[in-house]
Amino acid sequence: MDLKNLFQMNPDRSQYPEMGEDGKPIIDLSSHKYLKIWQGPQHPGVTGNMSLELTVDGDEIVESKTHVGYLHRGFEKLMERRKFIQCFPTCIRMCVAEPDPNEYILAACIEDLGGIEVPEMAQWLRTLALEMARLQVLLRGVPGQGGTFALGLGYQWGNYIRDLILDRFEELTGGRVYHMYILPGGVRGLLPDGFKKRMEENLKLADEFVKSIDDLMYNNAVFKQRAVGLAHIPKEWIDKYGVYGPAARAAGVMRDVRKTHPYLKYAELDFEPYTTTESDVYARSRVRWYDLQTTIDLIRQIMAKMPEKGEIKAETPNVMHWRIPKGETYQKCESSRGEYGLYMVTDGTDKPRRVNLKGPSYTHANALLDKLLINANIADTAGIMVSLATCPPEIER
Amino acid sequence: MIELIKDIESRFNTSDYIQKLKHLAFITVEKKQAISLVTYLRDYHKYSSLTLLTAVDWIEEGKFQLTYLINNPQNFTEIGVRVMIDRENATMESSHHLWENMATYQRELREMFGIDFPGSPRIEENFILEGWDNIPPYRRDFDTKEYTENTYFPRPGRESNDPATYMKSKMYPND
Repeated sequence: MDLKNLFQMNPDRSQYPEMGEDGKPIIDLSSHKYLKIWQGPQHPGVTGNMSLELTVDGDEIVESKTHVGYLHRGFEKLMERRKFIQCFPTCIRMCVAEPDPNEYILAACIEDLGGIEVPEMAQWLRTLALEMARLQVLLRGVPGQGGTFALGLGYQWGNYIRDLILDRFEELTGGRVYHMYILPGGVRGLLPDGFKKRMEENLKLADEFVKSIDDLMYNNAVFKQRAVGLAHIPKEWIDKYGVYGPAARAAGVMRDVRKTHPYLKYAELDFEPYTTTESDVYARSRVRWYDLQTTIDLIRQIMAKMPEKGEIKAETPNVMHWRIPKGETYQKCESSRGEYGLYMVTDGTDKPRRVNLKGPSYTHANALLDKLLINANIADTAGIMVSLATCPPEIER
Repeated sequence: MIELIKDIESRFNTSDYIQKLKHLAFITVEKKQAISLVTYLRDYHKYSSLTLLTAVDWIEEGKFQLTYLINNPQNFTEIGVRVMIDRENATMESSHHLWENMATYQRELREMFGIDFPGSPRIEENFILEGWDNIPPYRRDFDTKEYTENTYFPRPGRESNDPATYMKSKMYPND
């Protein structure tokens, strides 16, 4: 018996589905060739509250449609009815996992339109907070890719070290998940006594974790077999579909706002974002693994280079009566998922006229995911989705 | 960027040019030339990446402002192309053929602002809202507070008890 063919998982389904004249697949559910299944909104293999309407032929996906709206709270609309300072508690909730970039881009928009210069010390502290946010996301996100292929151990390890980083956030900002540390004009406080020493201890653990995850995931036969070659994104799709951050860098395209538009203190830090060309799930995960190392190194550099003391907040008008002149701006930063920006329009009143958040998930989870899932196996859906680091709240702000 | 803007101004009817930052500028163009300008920037000036498409409701002027923010990954500059369209029967030419991700933005704008983009893929399908029968919720004249008060009933507050008295009444009901 030919065992190789017996376990062959790639039957020729090139005839299904037939394509119509308009280029869309003809899917007749009554033909019994296809089955429609929903992955999400409550599903361990979905990154948050969204669902995928999958049409499958056997275990192969022939069509996918992303559905969002399970988490819509109308944040952008709510911010139009709030004073600028009152927008912060709303804005940070646009991405639960990594709220600090939200704080930064909102503060940066207000400062740009209101003509506020941020003191140097505050810029260092902001850079530190953003890198700490990236670290805590990647500590969970990098091994989380293994979790989608039933390798859950690394995720538990990562969560432990992430919790220690949240301890550091708690002593720096008072909050573990939502911090509200970055405010217009600067930040809320200096580093507590002994913060650097405790952070260094955590970073040493993170260093060990990085090595362990290399052995556990990237040299694991099952993980490699599942992830290598899966969901390839050609280089030509990067602009066409709006691919950002690690997903673009895995395709050999340098997309990192920290390098292309250095903001805060990134121009004074020595780092080179990792790029590769394989552009599959394995490569995207590997890029994030290198990002994790870069972030650990950047936190060390920031703590070594930042001054001990200094002004942490510029003088601003009374925030409850602050009228910002008419104008518009777009401010962005690099989140762990890619470019994260905020478009703000003001009309001279004490509230924003319009706020529009642009997160990478908006394009990754819609146009791109719908395309990538075609011809994929159902079992690989979670792996592909996590490799794009989709975060539904930033789609349906 | 100045040379680029001069080139645009010589070819299109533009106004209100603002150089916001070193790498960011905004310019307003007539509605009928908007998609031509965005296509021109994409094909001839390497503004090959769409950052976002969104709308601003200027209800006092009876206009919607559409902003196409496009990015040049070669020199890292960004241009916001503004288009003013009438608020009544708001319609804009679809540009889904330019970027694969454009259709999602257009679908969202139709649902949230009521701006139609005829011919855009799946434009009729719900994006976030399901069974919405009110005016598009991101328009300025949609009152979130009023809608909430009319749609949802006020929830009665929780009943609170003194723990000691409550436990005593539960454990020794006859005392």
